Amino acid sequence: MPEGDHQLDTDMRDRRGGEVLPIQGRGLAFERRGRRILDGIDIDIEDTGTLVLIGPNGAGKSLLVRILAGLIQPTAGRVSWAGSLPDRRRAPRIGFVFQRPVLLRRSVLANTEYALAVAGVGRADRTRRAQAALERARLTHLMHSPARVLSGGEQQLLSIARALATGPEILIFDEPTSNLDPAATTAIERLIGDVRSEGTRVVLITHDLGQLRRLADEVAFLHHGRIIERTPSTAFLAKPQSAAAQAFVRGEIVL
Amino acid sequence: MQDFAAAIAEALRLIAGFDANLAEIVILSLKVSVSATILGAAIGLPLGALIAIASFPGRALAILLINAMMGLPPVVVGLIVYLMLSNAGPMGSFGLLYSPTAMVIAQTVIVTPIIAALARQTIEDLRSEYDEQLRALGVGPLRAVPTLLWDGRFSLLTACLAGFGRAAAEVGAVIIVGGNINHVTRVMTTAIALETSKGDLALALGLGLILLAIAIAINAAVLGLRATATRSAYA
Repeated sequence: MPEGDHQLDTDMRDRRGGEVLPIQGRGLAFERRGRRILDGIDIDIEDTGTLVLIGPNGAGKSLLVRILAGLIQPTAGRVSWAGSLPDRRRAPRIGFVFQRPVLLRRSVLANTEYALAVAGVGRADRTRRAQAALERARLTHLMHSPARVLSGGEQQLLSIARALATGPEILIFDEPTSNLDPAATTAIERLIGDVRSEGTRVVLITHDLGQLRRLADEVAFLHHGRIIERTPSTAFLAKPQSAAAQAFVRGEIVL
Repeated sequence: MQDFAAAIAEALRLIAGFDANLAEIVILSLKVSVSATILGAAIGLPLGALIAIASFPGRALAILLINAMMGLPPVVVGLIVYLMLSNAGPMGSFGLLYSPTAMVIAQTVIVTPIIAALARQTIEDLRSEYDEQLRALGVGPLRAVPTLLWDGRFSLLTACLAGFGRAAAEVGAVIIVGGNINHVTRVMTTAIALETSKGDLALALGLGLILLAIAIAINAAVLGLRATATRSAYA
């Protein structure tokens, strides 16, 4: 009987092992060279929809999402994925798209297949799933090109396709369009919108209020290493609660 | 001056006629230097990758030493390998002195730090670029090594060519441990040294021309690699 219970317990853990949501951060703090960049952040990321992180430069947005994705250790506080500590095996369940895409020195297809191989997808399925992901990003025609001859916008679409290929529960974007022209931005926003409406959680850092308006379901405003407010985007855009956020939305320089 | 012109004509005749003596020397040279380069790559590439990726006490010193050893004088390497292989030395019982094997050992000692140091630099640069992305994909350190080696393939191949170039051109080490024995350990560089001192300029010049051609071929290969790399937007 005790053995049966133990078995059940293991099964539950295994099933939970495939999941990362909700991602929780409790008391997250980060200090670098005596400067406190994050200052006691509590955050829950669950369900679906798009959460936009906004705030002035140096507010700690990029650092916060890296800590939540398990890429950086906080100085204090803890992160949990679906109730347990982050681990490398579940990393493919979190897609991370950086401001500057980092692509392997291989073909477009091979870049995507690589992510699938790391996620443990068998050789037989890899090509099919990589092709499907590239098709969603409308990169099929470039499949066999070296990844690094692509334009900036195509490179970013590829890094999204690569993150999507493993079927993540959540995609985190750190200013994905800040170096790109309007056409590329439109293509990327379309893809982000598609992913979101299929039920993948999206967390997006942006400085672009227009992008916030187009994509956000809710908004979290970061200032001086704290989350000052987190509200549905309609409410945020109508009237932010804090003076700092009001000034930011008006386009004033917030220090 | 007439001697010189005659020597060149004779050298070209030797090359064009596939002179047996000359061919034997060239083939042994290539065998020794290619073997040393393969061994040097087998040791130097993993060693360079390890130093690039691992963090351990004394890492900075290891980098300093391996970079310094790139400029190891071949005569000193020859002397040390000679002492190791001579009858009184720790490896004397193998009886390797004055054999092509001894020359391969000496050239491997020269080539390994060159390949390791260049590989270390390549892989460290690549790693600083890839690190965050690879971790985001869930790549662990063990999987990162083959990824970095493959993505650094053009630069690493260039490092191996640099090692080969150095091995093929050196004379100090092979003359000490090989002894320049005719039909046994005589290679291009030692033959040139000997024939020049004997006054047989034709053979010396013929070998010199071939050695130059090899140097040019290596550099052409490096340029070709670089062009291929640029074409495929590797860099």
